[in-house]
Amino acid sequence: MPTLPSEGLTDMGKHFFLRFYSFVFLFYLLVPLAVMAAAAFNDSAFPSPMPWKGFTLQWFSKLYNDEYIWQYTGNTFVVAVFVVLVSVPLGTAGAILVNSLTGRSKALLYGVMIAPVLTPGAVIGISTLLFWYKFNVPAGLHLSVLGQSSFIAAYVMLMVLARLQSFDGALEEAALDLGATHAQMLRRILLPHLYPAIAAGAVLAFFQSIENFNTTQFTRGASNTLTVYIGSKVRSGIKPDINALATIMISLTIIGAIIYEVMRRREAARQAALNLE
Amino acid sequence: MRELFRRYGSGLTLLAAALTAFWLLALVIFPYLGLFEQSFRPYLPVVDVGGPKDVYSFNNYMSVFHNPTEIDFLGGKITVPIHLWVFMITIIYSGLTTIVSLLLCYPIAYYMAKVISPKSLPTFLLLLVVPMWVSELLRAFAWFIILAYKGPLTITLQSLGIITDPVHWTWGLGGYSGVIIGLNYAYILFMLFPLYNAMTSLDTNQIEAAQDLGAHWWQTHWRVIVPHTKPGIASGCVTVFMLSVGSILVPTLVSSPSSRWFTEIIQQWMFESQDWNTGAAYAFLLLIVCVIFVTLMMRLFKVGLADIAK
Repeated sequence: MPTLPSEGLTDMGKHFFLRFYSFVFLFYLLVPLAVMAAAAFNDSAFPSPMPWKGFTLQWFSKLYNDEYIWQYTGNTFVVAVFVVLVSVPLGTAGAILVNSLTGRSKALLYGVMIAPVLTPGAVIGISTLLFWYKFNVPAGLHLSVLGQSSFIAAYVMLMVLARLQSFDGALEEAALDLGATHAQMLRRILLPHLYPAIAAGAVLAFFQSIENFNTTQFTRGASNTLTVYIGSKVRSGIKPDINALATIMISLTIIGAIIYEVMRRREAARQAALNLE
Repeated sequence: MRELFRRYGSGLTLLAAALTAFWLLALVIFPYLGLFEQSFRPYLPVVDVGGPKDVYSFNNYMSVFHNPTEIDFLGGKITVPIHLWVFMITIIYSGLTTIVSLLLCYPIAYYMAKVISPKSLPTFLLLLVVPMWVSELLRAFAWFIILAYKGPLTITLQSLGIITDPVHWTWGLGGYSGVIIGLNYAYILFMLFPLYNAMTSLDTNQIEAAQDLGAHWWQTHWRVIVPHTKPGIASGCVTVFMLSVGSILVPTLVSSPSSRWFTEIIQQWMFESQDWNTGAAYAFLLLIVCVIFVTLMMRLFKVGLADIAK
């Protein structure tokens, strides 16, 4: 059935089904997280909000007093910081390199850089473990850093590369013509342009590292990160203190999202005000 | 290369090249080659490694065909090597998960890209941020809770009078219903965002032109919107399939007594049997599956590697 032009897309009634479905979709995405969070406050030995046996905060205090949780949280952060330190320079260098190449060599280099993103984490973990074992480097969190960095560097590369494509090469030329050295040009022109992408890449790298299970599982040796510890604990019987941890993580995510949104609105308002002037 | 030296000078170029070389050689290419090489070696006591018994063979790969086991299949019973069976099941159900999440996400991506008012979009995106940034572990854990025997889903449906007896939610589909539900939930946003990104770049005038020319809504989608969304579809499918095939957490958490995933068998070789070489062979099989899938998607949707990984 032909619809009226332009109105057709914003018409209220016509998209009733889509609107309804989008609510169902959000419900589907959010309710499981709410259920998981609710279980953290239930006075029941099983991690479930139903049947409800009364409100308690005992799982939070149990979590707080679990020294393993603290130790593995520490490990997780150390690994994540090192992953950022390794993958950001590698990804940035890779992006600059691939951006300056053309034709076959560019396609080939790009393909190799992208390969780890399209590889299951278990495969990356096992190949990292076997490779370093040949040089008598035993398994441990240092290998987790290398394994994770192999694909997280690719995320950084993609973000920096996207930013490089909006970079005006004439600025480099101008700086060099005016007598800047290559190092000065890099520090004063190119890197400042890339900083937003590098910062975003660093944040992404940090969170990717924290949540990583598959690669870490095969490279960690006897050490533990938080994700691996909880993941392996589930089978042996899990207590709602894990729900307390989940609740804390979800809360942090919500706070982060709200801060981001407030900043975005402020920036949008600022832009609007600038345009008015 | 000359372009590089001119732009960045020899010092910086060499630094960038050295960093990239370290990344691609020490972290990617050599470990992958090592995996390949190791997968053909026999599992030997330490003293025999490098000795006359240490010769290449396909034996590790042949383990897939060992242990024929009787399995219920579509009502009847068939005898298949157990690892081969799990391998095929993993591929088939990952494919199913990919298709289901594509079908579930397409209308939402369209809604976000072309229907929703620009004022509500930021709120909608904000509501998606939380499930997106919550880790895979917690997304799987949530369904571990919901689908538990006599858990929240059963209790809710009982109180609504829809069911009377508790249900083993994870036992359906030959024991894989829980895994499929969990995989779908865990990776669905990796389908949604590529679709959405691809659709936003479509000029709305093209949709209106199709409608003006008398196209039915489904013709508009099939002939205008879907072709434009191809790179997003390919990218979403590759990501969801790869994550599903390689998932460890989801099949571990929302399992049933009869659900086994190929990654669990790899873990068995690595940790229980301590046979890293057969583990390497199985990991390599997993890698081949992904390579084939990526190639298939690139052919099917006529897109390049750059469209898939964005």
